[in-house]
Amino acid sequence: MSANFLDRLRGLLLAILLAAAFAAPALAGPFEDAVAKFANDDFSDTDEAIGAVATSGNPLAFPIISALQEGRLSADPDTKKVFVTQADGKIIDAATGAAVDKLPDNAAAVRLNNRLRRAVEAALGGLTLLSPDPAKRIAAAQSVFKSHEESALSVIDGALAKETNKSVKAAFAEARAAILLYKSDATEVEKLEAVAIVKAKGDQEAMALLTGLGSDVPPNVARAAASAIASIQSNLQMWSMVQNAWYGLSLGSVLLLAAIGLAITFGVMGVINMAHGEMVMLGAYTTFVVQEVIRSRYPGLFDYSLLIAVPLAFLVAGAVGVAIERGIIRFLYGRPLETLLATWGLSLVLQQAVRTAFGPTNREVGNPSWMSGAFELGQITITYNRLWILCFTLAVFVILLAMLRYTALGLEMRAVTQNRRMAASMGIATSRVDALTFGLGSGIAGIAGVALSQIDNVSPNLGQSYIIDSFMVVVFGGVGNLWGTLVGAFTLGIANKFLEPVAGAVLGKIAILVLIILFIQKRPRGLFALRGRAVEA
Amino acid sequence: MLTKLTHDIATLSRRRWLAATAGLVLGLAAFSNANAQETIKVGVLHSLSGTMAISETTLKDTILFLIEEQNKKGGVLGKKLEPVVVDPASNWPLFAEKARELITKDKVSVVFGCWTSVSRKSVLPVFKELNSILFYPVQYEGEESERNVFYTGAAPNQQAIPAVDYLMKDEKVKRWVLAGTDYVYPRTTNKILEAYLKSKGVKQEDIMINYTPFGHSDWQTIVADIKKFGSAGKKTAVVSTINGDANVPFYKELGNQGIKATDIPVVAFSVGEEELAGIDTKPLLGHLAAWNYFQSIKSPENEKFIKAWQAYTKNPKRVTNDPMEAHVIGFDMWVKAVEKVKSTDPDKVIDALPGIEAKNLTGGTSKMLPNHHITKPVFIGEIKANGQFDVVWKTPGLVAGDAWSKELEGSKDLIGDWVGKKCGNYNTKTNKCGGQGT
Repeated sequence: MSANFLDRLRGLLLAILLAAAFAAPALAGPFEDAVAKFANDDFSDTDEAIGAVATSGNPLAFPIISALQEGRLSADPDTKKVFVTQADGKIIDAATGAAVDKLPDNAAAVRLNNRLRRAVEAALGGLTLLSPDPAKRIAAAQSVFKSHEESALSVIDGALAKETNKSVKAAFAEARAAILLYKSDATEVEKLEAVAIVKAKGDQEAMALLTGLGSDVPPNVARAAASAIASIQSNLQMWSMVQNAWYGLSLGSVLLLAAIGLAITFGVMGVINMAHGEMVMLGAYTTFVVQEVIRSRYPGLFDYSLLIAVPLAFLVAGAVGVAIERGIIRFLYGRPLETLLATWGLSLVLQQAVRTAFGPTNREVGNPSWMSGAFELGQITITYNRLWILCFTLAVFVILLAMLRYTALGLEMRAVTQNRRMAASMGIATSRVDALTFGLGSGIAGIAGVALSQIDNVSPNLGQSYIIDSFMVVVFGGVGNLWGTLVGAFTLGIANKFLEPVAGAVLGKIAILVLIILFIQKRPRGLFALRGRAVEA
Repeated sequence: MLTKLTHDIATLSRRRWLAATAGLVLGLAAFSNANAQETIKVGVLHSLSGTMAISETTLKDTILFLIEEQNKKGGVLGKKLEPVVVDPASNWPLFAEKARELITKDKVSVVFGCWTSVSRKSVLPVFKELNSILFYPVQYEGEESERNVFYTGAAPNQQAIPAVDYLMKDEKVKRWVLAGTDYVYPRTTNKILEAYLKSKGVKQEDIMINYTPFGHSDWQTIVADIKKFGSAGKKTAVVSTINGDANVPFYKELGNQGIKATDIPVVAFSVGEEELAGIDTKPLLGHLAAWNYFQSIKSPENEKFIKAWQAYTKNPKRVTNDPMEAHVIGFDMWVKAVEKVKSTDPDKVIDALPGIEAKNLTGGTSKMLPNHHITKPVFIGEIKANGQFDVVWKTPGLVAGDAWSKELEGSKDLIGDWVGKKCGNYNTKTNKCGGQGT
């Protein structure tokens, strides 16, 4: 095995040396013919070209195929010449490796479809198995595992013998097992070993590999595969419970984030603020504006865009909140129906204002790099954006709680809500406190908008979809109690996510609503009811 | 004294005000009367506020643009066209009210409008009762053929069925997830697709159907379910009839959970260039959409249209999409029909429309059929990193729109024929008009 590998390596080195020594041999050989096929703009020709180039052993194979994957391979349909634009902007002729000054005018990028993208991935897997970067080797092994291409076996065997990194070695072993499992002339013993290795991998890909195994395997192997499938399945079943719980937490955090501002304006102040959702929307649009400015002026700061947007969104939504309180709501205290109608009208006005200013279509808010992608925890996938939103929500909650408890403003707010007249006679400017409280609740809704812009549409309708859920959470948790809002949000989130796989998204949502109605019948003041004078007032 | 004075002022000002108003009203009336003789009114019935404004506002702009272009060419029958724009505010009953207002009060000759099927169903009785014409530009679930409506969007056999065929043949898909928003278009389309897939030998256990509410934003569970369904060792694809705003979080979740188009491709029927403008499309590379038009299609007509459109909207990045093209075709057909009969009388125009041909933007010629649907080419496009689509497959010729699906038990014998049979649901088995649909 290792001799075979050394041979290949020697061959590869020789080829590189030759290529370097003769600097672009212009002979038309099978490799050049294969490369020229890229220029035909025909998917099946491109497919053949990928196969031929990948197995050619030519040192240009890797640059060509990776350029193809990244859309950097272009072809001139007239001269049938193919060019690679390298990552640093230099251009080379794909067939010879010779440097080229500039692309011909009619050169167009070689097009791919999904079938070809799979072929490219499989080819790259074979070509990067020997990459010096362990992460790339693992990725290569994984793509070989998926494609279980027999031609990669000899390279894997060679690489496996040389490999010292433990996790790469495991990935190679799994890839090798996948190939053997599907190789028609592998022995029964080899196949049984392979089943055991794949079984140990134990994830959905392993399951896909085993279930895809046809009926033309020895009966012993089929039996082993069947039992492996059963064991993976029961393992995945257990993980799916963990997954539901995580999804529930994540949904709960979104609900909490949307509702927490309302817990102040509605919960603490008793104002039915139907324009709460629009505060969330304003926060999201602030994020959009911040990102636009960063994109055009300081592209290097893009990863910090959300951190910059958070205080700005708080200020924008907070200022609008104070203006609403001073301009409308203060005239309507103690008249809940009028407040409801006025704020509902206001929400329509704000929506249409944003629609006129920014247009009716969705605006693109990008995910910074630290908020994109996911990682695997056991057998579940945890996406970074959801994880960060959960952390962010809890941080906002803690800060808000601390603010209400330990700052002078918090003390005044609580005093005013508990007994307005007493607070006023103690020298607290109650109307100023009202305005600030409403501004605080709105500002927090704005912050929520920054986070929600990462997972939802940024459109004028953004707020509407959260307003009902927010009220539901606050009423369920108990009006006037922040802890109630926290528990309410997570309870609803988790209940929803455990119901959804059983009942479906539509029925699940209905079931939750029915349960809340029943619950409110039993406990009209929610989970954690406030007792005392504030409630009666 | 003081009261008397104020009273005098009040009477004086009231009288003056009255006079002024009367003058204004008379002037306006005279003005609009004079106008009415010179213009042909065109109604635009698209939501400019509310949930659907995101999609429909563009269509309003499209019609205004087309009217302006037509007026530059001298209008129709020597008269200028005059748009009458109303805002039904994504409110279905309001659609019917506004339609009535357009036809009876503004006396429009034709209406271009509606997006959702429910809004179309709500204006249907109005158009029938007042005998006017509606051009409906959006792909829909079929199972309908009305005398007063012309359907320039795709019927299921012009979008859904070819897309499934492509996945079956080219991607060798064996397992299907039919995911949609919970309302009439996805439900009917999925019913048709399910019947079609079964007729092609796909087993029940290889089809997963999933519905979500409008504006669904938490896709974690469903995306995980799709991933699980896709790990059964058979090539899996998602056919998405998810509508409107719910698409953005859906695609974001797909991207974040790392479902690539090479593993499980998603083919969407309601996602076009406009919708993609709100998403970072890099993680979506290779996911598919089936339409009768893509902005990226190279044809002289299309290039001219995009240029004029971007100049009209003063936005060099403004995208075009499929329902816009449907309006372009529909508008052109209406103009041709009016010029053919030299009248805007609804009965004459309705009779003249079948058989009228108009150039579509992809280099072909679409024709209005007796069932009030049109012939269209079908394209499958893959999402590119720049938010546009790369056409990877197209039907060899134009496909005629079927008003009634051939896949469904209740409708396979029905045809719509407003030329020979004068009937929207003619049963070819019993040879009677009024066969039951769905």
